[in-house]
Amino acid sequence: MHPAFSVIFFTVLSGAGFGLFALLYLADLFKLGGGMPGAHVFWTGVLAIVMVGVGLLSSTLHLANPRNAWRAFSRWRTSWLSREGVLSVAFYPFAMIYLALYWLDIWPIVRHLSGALATLIAWMTIFSTAMIYASLKTIRQWNTPLVPAAYLSLGHFSGGMILLVVAMMAKVDVMPYVLMSLFQLFVAAFVKMIYFYWITRIGVGSTINTATGFTRAQVRLLDAGHTHGTFLTQEFGYQVPRMRASGLKVISMVLAFGLPVLLLGLALKQANLALSMAALLSVFAGLVAERWLFFAEARHVVNLFHGSQRC
Amino acid sequence: MRLGLVIDLDVCVGCHACAVSCKQWNASGTTGALPDYQPYGAEPSGVWFNRIRHFEVGSYPNSKTVNFPMSCMHCEDADCVTVCPTGASYKRAEDGIVLIDQDKCMGCNYCSWACPYGARELDRSTGTMKKCTLCVDRIYDQNIPVEDRQPACVLTCPAHARMFGDFDDPDSEVSKVVREREGYMLLPELGYNPTNHYLPPRKHKPIPVEMSADKTGLAGKLKQFVNRMVKR
Repeated sequence: MHPAFSVIFFTVLSGAGFGLFALLYLADLFKLGGGMPGAHVFWTGVLAIVMVGVGLLSSTLHLANPRNAWRAFSRWRTSWLSREGVLSVAFYPFAMIYLALYWLDIWPIVRHLSGALATLIAWMTIFSTAMIYASLKTIRQWNTPLVPAAYLSLGHFSGGMILLVVAMMAKVDVMPYVLMSLFQLFVAAFVKMIYFYWITRIGVGSTINTATGFTRAQVRLLDAGHTHGTFLTQEFGYQVPRMRASGLKVISMVLAFGLPVLLLGLALKQANLALSMAALLSVFAGLVAERWLFFAEARHVVNLFHGSQRC
Repeated sequence: MRLGLVIDLDVCVGCHACAVSCKQWNASGTTGALPDYQPYGAEPSGVWFNRIRHFEVGSYPNSKTVNFPMSCMHCEDADCVTVCPTGASYKRAEDGIVLIDQDKCMGCNYCSWACPYGARELDRSTGTMKKCTLCVDRIYDQNIPVEDRQPACVLTCPAHARMFGDFDDPDSEVSKVVREREGYMLLPELGYNPTNHYLPPRKHKPIPVEMSADKTGLAGKLKQFVNRMVKR
């Protein structure tokens, strides 16, 4: 698949934003590390909804006809893309009520109720984003439960890393935040490693034989019928060279999971905020590489009609 | 009613006439125009509803070239319709034709991701997705003779490799020919249940090919030498 930068940017940013909001609410509910000061909670919440908003806006950049984008809220009964739109907009009022009541410091029950609802919607939205890809039968590398597992764990891991940096800034007891981030790091890294292993050997699937119906002989493409490219070759023809893919896999895993552990260890020893910021940057650089690979390594079955033997 | 096409791979000669006549009709049809990008430039491309691929089945000398026209299969379980977030993509209840409402499409490309047959192509000039309409603006036209009320590709095919009809009617030409000639669906394992069917090539006696050129004599040796030197 052609890796469109707007979608890579959107999925990484909004996933982290939703993860950050959910963890912020839970950390505040359970007063993690003695509880962060109110201003820190408020501005971190604002950061989360800004990240979600910027991500959503950037996702409209890949639309060819964005003036009809409002219609995307209409088919939530069948379409995961529509569900994602509906849920991410539904997230806003609850998240904003939560933050407003936090600011005003009134009505704790309403505040907690809207915070809990916003958290629930955040989880459902990340799941819907992942299901946009996981529901496609045409792309085997995506049609697996590992995709929503990866989106949820990576969203919470990257959001949790932001929360950890905020906790260091707020000078609360960071140990609970460190443990939470480490746990999420391991879960996300394991899910992603299983995914990378899985897609290299995903078993039986569509071949050029089932695509043409000639299942008793070897089939090969003589001519695709067009002299230059078509919409189909531009959208689905992209193929990442194998060496570059494996190189990028290592880079993305080191940047997202390896380097942050080292940097965090040093940052905690010296109470150095700059180092923890560097860890955060490394996480996001790794996630952009990971998301680029997620698209680049996906092979659509239409490639069987353009010469691929199997997908 | 379940309208669709049958494509006879035994007689298709791969002339691309169906694709050209499709383009001609639909350029001014309900979802026209179908733009071309750089039609006379270095990288010609454009929107087509119908594309013909050419495959080799088997390995030489026991091989056969099969010409393979493909357009929208008007699937019974069309994921392109269910994934559409705007409701632009729809399947008509009365005849099963899958269409795109050009006024509702936002150009997200998601339906083209859901289609395994590559039937949908984005029109970059309008920003909307376009696809085969089964010539819906022609097959119901009361102002043209009954025999002309067929998709443009079917009417134009010089080899009569394309048939159009109702698959729900067991006595229609398409139903009968699919039964008799063991017509099949493409990518059945994906479960889209496409309406369009393909008739496999008939079993013919193999055409003898000259396998071993004359290897004896000076002329034969010279021929062999030339064949080695000339790259084809």
